[in-house]
Amino acid sequence: MSDLTRLTAAELATALTAGEVSSVEVTQAHLDRIAAVDGDVHAFLNVDAEGALGEAAAVDAARAAGEKLHPLAGVPVAVKDVVVTKGQVTTAGSKILEGWVPPYDATLVTRLRQARMPILGKTNMDEFAMGSSTEHSAYGPTRNPWDLDRIPGGSGGGSAAAVAAYEAPLAIGTDTGGSIRQPAAVTGTVGVKPTYGSVSRYGLIALASSLDQAGPCTRTVLDAGLLHDVIGGHDPRDSTSLPEPAPSYADAARQGAAGDLQGLRVGVVNELGGEGYDPGVRDAFQKALDTMVAAGADVVEVSCPSFSAALAAYYLILPSEASSNLAKFDGMRYGLRVEPSEGPVTAERVMAATRGAGFGDEVKRRIILGTYALSAGYYDAYYGSAQKVRTLIQRDFAAAFEQADVLVSPTTPTTAFPLGSKLEDPLAMYLNDVATIPANLAGVPGLSLPSGLSDDGLPAGIQILAPARQDARLYAVGAALEALLLQQWGGPLLAHAPELAVAR
Amino acid sequence: MSTIDSAEVVRLAGLARIDLTEDEVTRLAGELDVIVQAVATVSEVAGPGVPATSHPIPLTNVFRDDVPGETLDRDEVLSQAPEAEDGKFAVPQILGEDA
Repeated sequence: MSDLTRLTAAELATALTAGEVSSVEVTQAHLDRIAAVDGDVHAFLNVDAEGALGEAAAVDAARAAGEKLHPLAGVPVAVKDVVVTKGQVTTAGSKILEGWVPPYDATLVTRLRQARMPILGKTNMDEFAMGSSTEHSAYGPTRNPWDLDRIPGGSGGGSAAAVAAYEAPLAIGTDTGGSIRQPAAVTGTVGVKPTYGSVSRYGLIALASSLDQAGPCTRTVLDAGLLHDVIGGHDPRDSTSLPEPAPSYADAARQGAAGDLQGLRVGVVNELGGEGYDPGVRDAFQKALDTMVAAGADVVEVSCPSFSAALAAYYLILPSEASSNLAKFDGMRYGLRVEPSEGPVTAERVMAATRGAGFGDEVKRRIILGTYALSAGYYDAYYGSAQKVRTLIQRDFAAAFEQADVLVSPTTPTTAFPLGSKLEDPLAMYLNDVATIPANLAGVPGLSLPSGLSDDGLPAGIQILAPARQDARLYAVGAALEALLLQQWGGPLLAHAPELAVAR
Repeated sequence: MSTIDSAEVVRLAGLARIDLTEDEVTRLAGELDVIVQAVATVSEVAGPGVPATSHPIPLTNVFRDDVPGETLDRDEVLSQAPEAEDGKFAVPQILGEDA
């Protein structure tokens, strides 16, 4: 069989079910690929070869014994390091959790294990998911497989780079303001932020609890649907988990793949795509939109005037919630403990010394910003106002979805930028998420898939948004557009990425 | 809107329990001042008649049956603590000299 790492998860599942390959072969092929290229890419913070191969062998034995298995049984997966894994080191990209071995599994990890998917390892990320480039990881940045001198996006740059570099067919990401969709766009891959509550947050190291949502990072829309089907669904351990049953997202993707968009109303959001967006990114977006029109879609322009305040509201709500969530890192129960170099060793002073030594620059910046926004005298002007903007953004979405079935925009304003180029300017870094943030503030689902190459030869992404709980619509429309674009291109966009040097 | 100077950063870092070096205080004061000015525009967007949204999907209270569940293994949890003693977390003295 040809290189197993180039197959999609759906193809691997078919081959495994048919007995054409074993899970051990598939898992070993990905471990070999990691060994060959991850020295350069650095998508992984740790790799669990023994655990992954052990599960793979068990799946192969179960299949040989005729056990009924989940369709994805034996297909390996990578997990972002913000998701806790029992017995496997989890750091969230922070020094304050260096070496921490969680005593429990996140619900989504439990579901991966129930489906019997070998977990290859934990992927790199900006510390506590704060960032858009993975440069804020305490363990060094991930590099973009398209150009190793450029960022892979963030915070989930590791998960996106892992699937883009064929180190894993599937990966788990989390998206608080774009951390699944923005890395997908700049690495030429697919990423989905589900409706808030679609995937349990139990066992995610919380950044901003009212915004965080886990979802799939893959190379195809169908693979994203398959993975979403595994990890989604109600969880009594997350009180914000949606209780109603969800349809199969893989089925929605399969139905959509016929490419018929007849009668679909596609809303182009005026506020997302004009000034500040690279011409090459806009061109790729326009070509994708033209493709949808040629397949029968009707384009309507929609206006969401409050989106212009989304970034400002987000950078008040997120730091406020983060400053509260990260208060648990006090040096008492887990992770790092640092004693002050002088003076009395009291709990409060140990906490301050620990956090001073254990948190990186961006984490300190956001905690202090959140502390400011929540402090006496500023609460109404900042946090209170930001929550009102949230209402206005929800109203904008509601009005837009009266006119359109889905909304579209470029996923990001630019393609992947060079490592280091925005590190000294936090505000410029924050602008990367301008198109993805509104979905988090309103809780609606969003999908990014490749729209084409920009004029610099790097991939750009198109974002599709649907109303809350209508994730299936994203998969249907996304799979349709993907099928049409692949016909035009004669193959996946990722085929245009240069081959990585292979370590021997 | 107020500005964030070094003294304000020191006050906020104290509230957030984060020791900062002098260099960090200086740098953060400059950066946060720019960021706060950018985000301060939110107060001009929404009028007094707009209700606040704290959560993206409307929530109702969630109850569950009061049945015993599984708890984490104590020894596993304590094995990851900076310090443990007699099956408990060991922490520094909790009161300062002047308390």
